[in-house]
Amino acid sequence: MCLSIPSKVVKISDDKTMCTVDTMGVERDANLMMMGDDDIQVGDYVLLHIGFVMNKIDEKEAMVSIETYKEILEIMDEDERRKTILDDDECPNRSE
Amino acid sequence: MMALELKNLYDDFRDGETIKAYAQIIAEDAKKLKNPINIMEVCGGHTHTIMKFGLLQLMPDNVNFIHGPGCPVCIMPKERIDHAYVLAMQEDVILVTLGDMIKVPGSNGSLQDARAKGADVRFVYSPMECIKIAQENPDKTVVFFAIGFETTTPMTAVLVEHVIKQKIPNILFHINHVTVPEVMVELIDSRDVHVDSYNNRIDAFLGPSHVSVISGSKIYDKFPKDYGRPVVVSGFEPVDVMQGISMLVKQFIEERCELEIQYKRVVNHEGNLNAQKLINTYFEKMDLFRWRGLGNVPESGLKLKDEFASLDAEVVYKDVLPIAEIEDHKLCICGDILRGMAKPTECTIFGTACKPTTPIGSCMVSSEGACAAYYKYGNLI
Repeated sequence: MCLSIPSKVVKISDDKTMCTVDTMGVERDANLMMMGDDDIQVGDYVLLHIGFVMNKIDEKEAMVSIETYKEILEIMDEDERRKTILDDDECPNRSE
Repeated sequence: MMALELKNLYDDFRDGETIKAYAQIIAEDAKKLKNPINIMEVCGGHTHTIMKFGLLQLMPDNVNFIHGPGCPVCIMPKERIDHAYVLAMQEDVILVTLGDMIKVPGSNGSLQDARAKGADVRFVYSPMECIKIAQENPDKTVVFFAIGFETTTPMTAVLVEHVIKQKIPNILFHINHVTVPEVMVELIDSRDVHVDSYNNRIDAFLGPSHVSVISGSKIYDKFPKDYGRPVVVSGFEPVDVMQGISMLVKQFIEERCELEIQYKRVVNHEGNLNAQKLINTYFEKMDLFRWRGLGNVPESGLKLKDEFASLDAEVVYKDVLPIAEIEDHKLCICGDILRGMAKPTECTIFGTACKPTTPIGSCMVSSEGACAAYYKYGNLI
């Protein structure tokens, strides 16, 4: 029951109680009554749960996480390369 | 820095390479652990992710998981389900609840069984659907059987507010909302008191994702401070969970005991203050709430405030609602599983008499229940 879905806000109703969100290509309406009046703007990423917007997704924080993961993978790749070179250095059959 | 797209929020947090990278980091760090550690993932959503993505298999031997009680359907005692059943069987009632409740067995059967007997039971995606149902059935009383942790409580509060402000005369509420920190305290205390009868101690918590979106991480402040248990609030995606575990392991090897947030893209210390205000306007703590398998936990359940008693189905229908506590099926060990004392596979009826299609215990009913997750993703099918 808890698996909330990241979605993008594409429209907000005039009275700001409802919005239309895009969830990976599927559009649906969501309730905004748990959020403050100007908390959510068109273009924001939000977390959706049982028809309600629960909170805004902080783009900067999401990017920081994604960049961190990329860095980890790059470091791992670098380590792998280094390990391969070192293994190669220690290969007893290299001159054969 | 690239621009964030919706696809990033799905794909980048489920990336297999990143999951494997974190598995390596955890394995390396775990070599430096002085003692094995037992992490309780409180939330059923985390249990589901851990099982679905096979994260248990990526853990070193000295990093263990205790599956917690964070599945609102699983912890619902039979007498509350019987309330729903009795209400549904009333001539003038349309019982509305979330889909998770459909198959949960009470002593007379499930809500699905009530429906088969002619009761008007409706399963909705959102509580707000009650409004349309009430408008279309002015001669009936719509009872919203509300379930869930802090995550869904404010949504029920929005509906309560709407009913009051719009003067909708035919919607009542049966409230079964429960709270996370109180049950975490109960689990720590009961284990620390009965240390010999439990397999292991809870050393750390992976804090729930969406409960924390609403409540903020502040609700866990006391766990590192007063109970010596580190907490990392983690998101639901597999990369989130792996990073959360990695952060906990690092705390142990660096001998820190802190509250940290991995899920910073949506969780902060204060939480959604609008949602908290809604909850505090309409609800108050009950003295006790009886959790299935755990017994009475002080101040862990919510009820409508007395001033809204006219909307409370438990008050309005008190003459027909049973009050006795009901014991669970003798062979079912959901209670031990919810306490993290036993694994689903240790239950004698797991996967035989008790399956997702014919659940005997509540942990098999919801996809977030530990038994259902083990059955579905534990290569048992």
